[in-house]
Amino acid sequence: MPERESTPREAAPRPAQEAVIALRGATATLGARPVLRGVDLTVRRGEVVALLGANGSGKSTAVRSVIGQVPLTGGSVELFGTELRRFRRWGRIGYVPQRTTAAGGVPATIREVVASGRLSRTGLRWPGKADRAAVERAIELVGLADRAKDSVSALSGGQHQRVLIARALASEPELLIMDEPMAGVDLASQEILASTLREQVALGTSVLLVLHELGPLEPLIDRAVVLRDGCVTHDGPPPEALGQHALPGHDHVHPHAAAEPVRTGLLT
Amino acid sequence: MLFEFLNPPFMQRALIAAVLVGITAPAIGIYLVQRRQALMGDGIGHIAMTGVGLGFLLSTSPVWMATAVAVAGAVTMELIRWYGHTRGDLALAMLFYGGMAGGVMLINLSDTGSNANLTSYLFGSLSTVSDSDVIAISVLAAFVVLVTVGLRRQLFAVSQDEEFARVCGLPVRVLNLLVAVTAAVTVTVAMRVVGLLLVSALMVVPVAAAQQITKSFKVTFVLSVVIGTAVTLTGTVTSYYQDVPPGATIVLLAIAVFVALTALAAPLARGRARASGTKEAECTLEVPPARRGADDVHV
Repeated sequence: MPERESTPREAAPRPAQEAVIALRGATATLGARPVLRGVDLTVRRGEVVALLGANGSGKSTAVRSVIGQVPLTGGSVELFGTELRRFRRWGRIGYVPQRTTAAGGVPATIREVVASGRLSRTGLRWPGKADRAAVERAIELVGLADRAKDSVSALSGGQHQRVLIARALASEPELLIMDEPMAGVDLASQEILASTLREQVALGTSVLLVLHELGPLEPLIDRAVVLRDGCVTHDGPPPEALGQHALPGHDHVHPHAAAEPVRTGLLT
Repeated sequence: MLFEFLNPPFMQRALIAAVLVGITAPAIGIYLVQRRQALMGDGIGHIAMTGVGLGFLLSTSPVWMATAVAVAGAVTMELIRWYGHTRGDLALAMLFYGGMAGGVMLINLSDTGSNANLTSYLFGSLSTVSDSDVIAISVLAAFVVLVTVGLRRQLFAVSQDEEFARVCGLPVRVLNLLVAVTAAVTVTVAMRVVGLLLVSALMVVPVAAAQQITKSFKVTFVLSVVIGTAVTLTGTVTSYYQDVPPGATIVLLAIAVFVALTALAAPLARGRARASGTKEAECTLEVPPARRGADDVHV
């Protein structure tokens, strides 16, 4: 992948402290169970915020409520200063949902899947030259240019994740929202994802990511928000790395372990 | 004469209907397969039977009545999918079997209809395709092609990842309804040729056959339409000469194509792997069975 000229993080333009995401007092329920119990979450322009927490702490729900995929029972969401209900400019947001695969029921090439991400800019109109160029650029950014014509079903887990991220980048977003982008990703792909993200951040993109553990993305993260049982228990600098297993949000949930997770993290 | 089957007017009408079915059924079917709702067409076919029955009872065109009822049924199915999360499957079962029973009942109540008539709608009948049927089928087929080709990018996105499509700001509900309505329309297009009970096969089997050897959505789309058209034409001509039911012939031909392409797929994939030089190295390391117990780590 061609290394792009990347400005140091401190030199990146950071005009105002305008909030690109503002979630205030958010409450949500799943059936009768409260999942979010008054969550405040702000991402300012140019900021990289990690949302951490154990399984079932509500981090995925929080992120999905930001983009209107989970209805809130209370509180408010603003995107780029616009109330979620009135927000229409979805091309400004690149969303990477929590998926293990980018494939559907019918074969599709990497280019076809990534191109669908451009629809947040084109909507119902025909794509033009600039749109096609943006799709090619997004594929290049995740290092899959030589495989653009390959079927996504032939890819490894990490490559699937790279396709999903390229799909989000196809709209040239100002804000990336990623739900567990590192889940099931091999080490080589993790490095590529981290460097892709680094380039985006250097260009001024704001990022909100749900993570299970900080991992290779740690140096990029400005601020960490830790959720526990639907409440924010930490909002500030990322917790000190004390080895992977000591990180907040790390639960020892193994397929053959007991049903109740053993909580070992700093904040759990 | 080689093309003797083109002479009788009923065969001309039947062949026009066959081509339109061969194009439209896989064209909408590919989106149903993509969103893993391959059997949706089957459900719509069941519901459409009530429309056929109504058509006979009210002495109007069964094709248009079936279209109206199938569209209403498909929209109801889509609404159940949105709102009835928990017992959605049972609600669908009510709809399907209610539609089928309703059709049988209505056609028996009517003066003109008989079980023989119903059979021609259930399994298709070429000799009964009328001029007005051909006009109705052509209009409906034009709608199906317009939707499935014109909105292919949007329908692809919605069928590939619905949540992502919503976050793209696409009108997902409208597009889902459009898919449901288009599928319903396709069912009635195909009704006269393959019959209501086998409609779904023509939506699904050509797509399943094509994707054995394809890598992209675009090629899968084109190839499944080619396969669909080839089997409907071949089946129609075969049934003219051999006096076999057209619907069954067409579906069996489609399945034969599926089997043939599946058999072809394995060597093709091997060839491709060799060509790109990415042949996976096989494991050659022998694991001594005696050590198994010691490696059995419990965490």
